Amino acid sequence: MSLLSRPARITAVAAGLALIAAGCGSSETTTPPAAGGSSAAVSAECQPFAEYGSFAGKTVSIYSPIRDTEADLFQEAWAPFAKCTGMKITYEGTGEFEAQIQVRSDAGNPPDIAFFPQPGLLERFAKAGKLKPASAKVKELTDTNWSADWAKYATVDNVFYGAPLGASVKSFVWYSPKMFAEKGWKIPTTWDELMTLSDTIAATGIKPWCAGIESGDATGWPATDWIEDIILRDLGPEEYDNWVAHKLAFNDPKVVAAVDKVGAILKNDKYVNGGYGPVKSISSTAFQEGGVPITEGKCALHRQASFYANFWPEGTVVGENDDVYAFYLPGNDTTKKPVLGAGEFVAAFADRPEVQAVQAYLAGTEFPNARMKLATYVSANKGVDLANAQNPIDKLSMEILQDPATIFRFDGSDLMPAAVGAGTFWKGMTDWINGKDTKSTLDFIDASWPKS
Amino acid sequence: MDLNFDFAAEQPKLVQLLIGVVAFFAFIGLMLLLLDRAPMRQRARLHALILLGPALILLGIGLIIPGIRTTLLSFMNGDSSTWVGFENYSWMFTQPEALTVLRNTLIWVLVVPLLVTAIGLVYAVVVDNTRFESLAKSLVFLPMAISFVGAGIIWRFVYAYRPEEADQIGLLNQIVVFFGGTPQQWLLEPPVNTLFLIVVMVWIQAGFATVVLSAAIKGIPSEIVEAARLDGASPIQMFFRVTIPAIRPAVIVVVVTQCIGTLKLFDIVRTMTGGQFDTSVIANEMYNQSFRYGETGKGSALAVFLFVLVIPIVIYQIRNLRQQREAR
Repeated sequence: MSLLSRPARITAVAAGLALIAAGCGSSETTTPPAAGGSSAAVSAECQPFAEYGSFAGKTVSIYSPIRDTEADLFQEAWAPFAKCTGMKITYEGTGEFEAQIQVRSDAGNPPDIAFFPQPGLLERFAKAGKLKPASAKVKELTDTNWSADWAKYATVDNVFYGAPLGASVKSFVWYSPKMFAEKGWKIPTTWDELMTLSDTIAATGIKPWCAGIESGDATGWPATDWIEDIILRDLGPEEYDNWVAHKLAFNDPKVVAAVDKVGAILKNDKYVNGGYGPVKSISSTAFQEGGVPITEGKCALHRQASFYANFWPEGTVVGENDDVYAFYLPGNDTTKKPVLGAGEFVAAFADRPEVQAVQAYLAGTEFPNARMKLATYVSANKGVDLANAQNPIDKLSMEILQDPATIFRFDGSDLMPAAVGAGTFWKGMTDWINGKDTKSTLDFIDASWPKS
Repeated sequence: MDLNFDFAAEQPKLVQLLIGVVAFFAFIGLMLLLLDRAPMRQRARLHALILLGPALILLGIGLIIPGIRTTLLSFMNGDSSTWVGFENYSWMFTQPEALTVLRNTLIWVLVVPLLVTAIGLVYAVVVDNTRFESLAKSLVFLPMAISFVGAGIIWRFVYAYRPEEADQIGLLNQIVVFFGGTPQQWLLEPPVNTLFLIVVMVWIQAGFATVVLSAAIKGIPSEIVEAARLDGASPIQMFFRVTIPAIRPAVIVVVVTQCIGTLKLFDIVRTMTGGQFDTSVIANEMYNQSFRYGETGKGSALAVFLFVLVIPIVIYQIRNLRQQREAR
């Protein structure tokens, strides 16, 4: 006896095969090459891309951790470039970038270009001799379009490997302007004011802070951002660099003090976890949902990067006087504005001319502007037109990034060796939220630093 | 995502595939032809060589060479540039976080085969020859069709936590709240959280045990059963004195496969906790160290240790099979 008639079974099998075929291709999609009509040699549309040359029939593959909608927007943004130069850009986004790029590289099947979100990972590949140095043109574009802080993150042993691409600003505290106006709360400009505000909010019966650090096997990273922000503020950028390079021990008393300062918020049952429960609920709350209680009035403050703008429930208006907005996470005094951020770097495993052309194009100003016109996007490229920003947070982020007074530092966990930055630091902070004390947490992380 | 599979675009690959298949058959045909011409005396040896050859080559490429390479890597540092002696092994047996991993694996290996076999056995005996036997067996076998990852995601929802004042979305917490308790974060408290993960594995595998053991029970010769009944054996005596000795080989098969499967376990831990909250097991830690942290040495050391753990079980299984074959 069969549950399905024969034709129905065949259909089911065919559908299954189609699914398998689609699954094998993961999210690989291609930007179609120039479709025939090349009669008009250089049309007005193609004028900006003429300088990159013509690469008819050539293919450049890109491998990246950026997926889904964002990936589609990327491809939409560079489609004119691909069309005008005649090349085909195949793009593959993956959720397993950190592991898979290693596998593909070891297997002798690396992509032409990879978008590295961690300079530490890029460094590992550069030192292993897998990456090709960036062309003089890419270097020149990077020097004009990005601050020296940014350029140095893709430089390994004085060799420059690739320009930055997107960026995010992490030193933000999200809040509800409407809620603040209603209750008469003011945006704090110093750390002390922030703590006073937290007490004020706690006194009204609302838990002031909400947080979520659950993120699959990356669980813990939002907590590491907290620590980095405070170390950057309290110990200063130089000590921050030392700490990231392990010249300052992970369990140094200064680091312990900074972590305890974060603990005064994240491990304080009076302050957290608004809308979710006790302190421990932080570690089981998905980071995407961490700030959502703000929209329900159950929480007032949520420290998270600019990209959190994408995670608010549908219908939430992001704006200075609307449902949600963000303020700069204040430091000890108002004169200095250190900013913690992150981004991706475009490094190449091949140095064919068409690959270098794509790198140059991505390092220029056309791409970020084209991408910004499509949807929310932040780039630290100084050549971007802020008028293209799609929302106030993007604009605010880019204003901060372009401000010459800003001291920018890259997310430290992305710079550390992966065993720490993507391993024990995340795990340690998760255990710490779960009740482990600061000193033994930091001892554990310090001991795990790879000896070389 | 579009589901178009464009045959024209994939043409080069399909042509290559075709050439490969044709070449394979041509090669096999040629070998058989040559073999046929060989002198009679050497034919047996050549036969063996040709028929075993491909398997041996594949075994070499797929198992022996990687095995040796992994062993060598386990004595090297993270990026395999220098020799470090037994450092990775001493890390594995001294560092608290690595010891937690070993402890968890031990819990898994002890608990899962025991529970799976016990539940499968009891279930098989209870439903044996009842009216709804096939339905009952189908129900317990159904989870087998779900992948470990799928099951992990399902059970994550079962264990999901929401604060007391909010609506529970997790089945377990809803039950707890229904009986007046406060919702718990099941997956956060070591070492109990490992037990909550084990439940998932047992849920999947119990069906396998049931089906195998039920088939074995049906294979017990009816004379034995009748003789025991005539001698006045009680149901309990029947179970321990007749059923279990008679199906011992099947029980061993279940226990051994469960042991090996559990040692290699990766998916459930990775999907449900990612190895956080002290739930990591050897396979998960091996993957993390090698692929995520770039610590190939430590990852390889864990792999070698896992290999060493599996070997005795495999040897036991092979011996057992041999004894049975001889007994027949």
